[in-house]
Amino acid sequence: MKFLENIVNKMEPKFSKGGKLEKWNPVYESFITLAFTPKHTTKLGSHIRDGVDLKRTMITVILAMVPALLFGIYNTGHWEMVAASGDLNLPFWADQGEKIMKGLAIVLPLIVVSYAVGLTIEFIFALRRGHPLHEGYLVSGILIPLIMPADVPLWMVGVATAFAVIIGKEIFGGTGMNILNIALTARAFLFFAYPTSMSGDKVWMAGEEANVDGFSGATPLGDLASFMTPDAVLQGTPIEAGTNAMEQFTASHSVMDYFWGIMPGSVGETSTFAILIGAAILLFTGVGSFRIIASFFAGGFLMGLILNGIGGPYLDLPSAYHLVLGGFAFGAVFMATDPVTAAQTGVGKLIYGLLGGMVAITIRVLNPAYPEGVMLAILFMNVMAPIIDHYVIQANIKRRLKRVKAA
Amino acid sequence: MSKTVKLRKGLNIRLVGGASKVKTDANVPKTISFRPDDFHGMIPKVLVQEGERVKIGDIIFQDKYSDTIKYASPVNGTLKSIVRGAKRKIMEIIISCDQDQAPVEASAIDLASLSNEEVKTKMLAAGLWPFVRQRPLDVVADPSNAPKAIFISAFDSSPLGPDFDFVLKEKGKEFQMGLDAISKLTEGTVHLTVNGTITENTIFSEAKGVQVNSITGKHPAGNVGTQIHHIDPINKGEFVWTINAQDVALIGHYFLTGQYCAKKTIALTGSEVKNPQYIETISGANVSEILNGLIASDNVRVISGNVLTGTKIDKDGHLGFYHNQITIIPEGDQLKFFLTKGWLGPGFDKFSNSRLFPTFLLGKKEFTLDTNLNGEERAFVVTGELEKVFPFDILPMQLVKAAITNDIDGMENLGIYEVAPEDFALCEYVCTSKIDIQDKIRQGLDLIAEECM
Repeated sequence: MKFLENIVNKMEPKFSKGGKLEKWNPVYESFITLAFTPKHTTKLGSHIRDGVDLKRTMITVILAMVPALLFGIYNTGHWEMVAASGDLNLPFWADQGEKIMKGLAIVLPLIVVSYAVGLTIEFIFALRRGHPLHEGYLVSGILIPLIMPADVPLWMVGVATAFAVIIGKEIFGGTGMNILNIALTARAFLFFAYPTSMSGDKVWMAGEEANVDGFSGATPLGDLASFMTPDAVLQGTPIEAGTNAMEQFTASHSVMDYFWGIMPGSVGETSTFAILIGAAILLFTGVGSFRIIASFFAGGFLMGLILNGIGGPYLDLPSAYHLVLGGFAFGAVFMATDPVTAAQTGVGKLIYGLLGGMVAITIRVLNPAYPEGVMLAILFMNVMAPIIDHYVIQANIKRRLKRVKAA
Repeated sequence: MSKTVKLRKGLNIRLVGGASKVKTDANVPKTISFRPDDFHGMIPKVLVQEGERVKIGDIIFQDKYSDTIKYASPVNGTLKSIVRGAKRKIMEIIISCDQDQAPVEASAIDLASLSNEEVKTKMLAAGLWPFVRQRPLDVVADPSNAPKAIFISAFDSSPLGPDFDFVLKEKGKEFQMGLDAISKLTEGTVHLTVNGTITENTIFSEAKGVQVNSITGKHPAGNVGTQIHHIDPINKGEFVWTINAQDVALIGHYFLTGQYCAKKTIALTGSEVKNPQYIETISGANVSEILNGLIASDNVRVISGNVLTGTKIDKDGHLGFYHNQITIIPEGDQLKFFLTKGWLGPGFDKFSNSRLFPTFLLGKKEFTLDTNLNGEERAFVVTGELEKVFPFDILPMQLVKAAITNDIDGMENLGIYEVAPEDFALCEYVCTSKIDIQDKIRQGLDLIAEECM
């Protein structure tokens, strides 16, 4: 690595203060600090520092998303072939090569667009502010494609990414300053700006335009939402009036079927199994908060039980189904845990997760306009997190004030 | 009455280079110095001209704004120079030492016959007062305050910290005398907090006239701030004084003999020290002779104090006033390729409190850490990591943020009166965003001193 080091030492003066390319220093620094941990030494305070830095933390999050991404690529390829053939019972584990190629053809452009747009904007802001690129977008850039429906037009991804990075993050000051989760801001933008491309039954499988007649690729959540309407549908077949739709739904697939994730949906969200591998990585390394993940699942499960108690065509869905359907698991593991937008105090995290899970299921079940409630629930909780923290902090302050009176 | 405290939070940073329990006497140093920066916020008024002769115990300078607090020369010698920095600020007062260091003759002081006020006056006049520090603010105590308690920590839990049991082994009499004198400074209790894991009797556990508490846990269990918080926490408007264990013995020595003495035993530690050991020298001593031939490599940082809170000094710099330790570690000013030694490397050479590095697999391995920042400064992103090493019922991140934003109300509410920068040293160590937390807390305390005290 002496060779690379020599190059760096040669380039350094050009980019440092007074050098010819001084203006481009943030860009230079961004790349150099990827290749080398810089030679910065401690100036104030503690003379030694922990090895951990934001780069290592962020790369770990990306690593945790790889199982979901890989599964997502294969799953997307699978459903594209399903859509093309019109055969819902196409075996999942067959034609692997073709499915991977088809999946890559859909998912890779999403990733490329997301990174290209996001990083360009980040670099512009980094140059304006004169600091090297901060690592936050490395994670957001992969999260955005993972929560997009496979068939979303690429230009929409680009527009949504630009919106999320500029309005969601940079106007607040960049990484660490944002109020809303970046990736969810992108999805929310598409959801409200282009609703027809983000929900309904036409977007979840790639290749839908070349559709076989009478074929619908609705997600299980789409089916469930239809139970609340007069035209209940299950996997494209209308349910006869007078029969119990929920019984037919639970009979067609068990929780475990959905747990593995062989269903249409956003790229990375379908397989709870793959997501839990990621969760294990996050929890083991301590990057993800156990409190948030556990309480988010608990909140969702609890709300499911409460709704069961009330009863109704959709409300009867057994609670366990809620946890493996839609983006619930993905939201709990990768979205709710974003440390910048989540609650920051220990107790606050528990409340934040619990409420987030409950709100997610409430919106999902009780509002037929939004088949998926996780996105809105987490964005809502992002806004509420400072209030939760405020009360936790007040409790801490009061506890210490009480000490005076006790003494 | 005595309290037992168990801490679950904290972190022991395992470093190479602990001092072996051998004590050597250093020669008389060429020079000794005072760094006014050691006494935070104090502006000195020097009372001796350059070139003037001084004897042990002579007053060299006093606090310009609190002129009863005086600083005494620990040596016989000549005032060599007053080093000034920007705006003529005094950076260092250097005294060159004579070979003959015989103390001025004096007789013992009968402590029992002195009133509380007289003890204070004696200590102020003799230049012993700077040993007494106060919380809040972590500065030299204001003698006009009435402290509700005085805290002394009987051990140093910081990385490679000296073992006070060993250091003070033969000074039991002085230490007890010091405690007796200190008891006269407060109406409240004098707390001596010992390491709960040491079971045999030591001069600390046998100390009389004070409340002996015990505390167990990882660093910062030995920090006096942690002990105060768990034993008798400070509220707004209250004062607690703290004194270093070794300095208690120096105060005792004065009352036993009537002579000012600033001889102390320091630990010479760190991975770049050949033969780490204990050395008896004088407060403020020049370290060049002590370190002569003992530094193992060239590119090193010499720290007066420990790696978390110490001051960087030159190879011929001087020991800090409150420091009981010199640590030498390698400088980390090299580029580190990301896959081998850098941010994405396997990291077996890095000590981390997080599981992003394999530290947790390595059992009791001791590490050689350098001064590299291991990253760049960022905004706070990761939450919950500071709390793991901060055994206070205080929200560290919120307090640091209040300090950064000059939020006086916030700082008061969140507990700024209870903390000193050193209490945040571990937070600073583990911070993923590489924020200089100790400095932020110090700035917060400065603001509080200006606006609220």
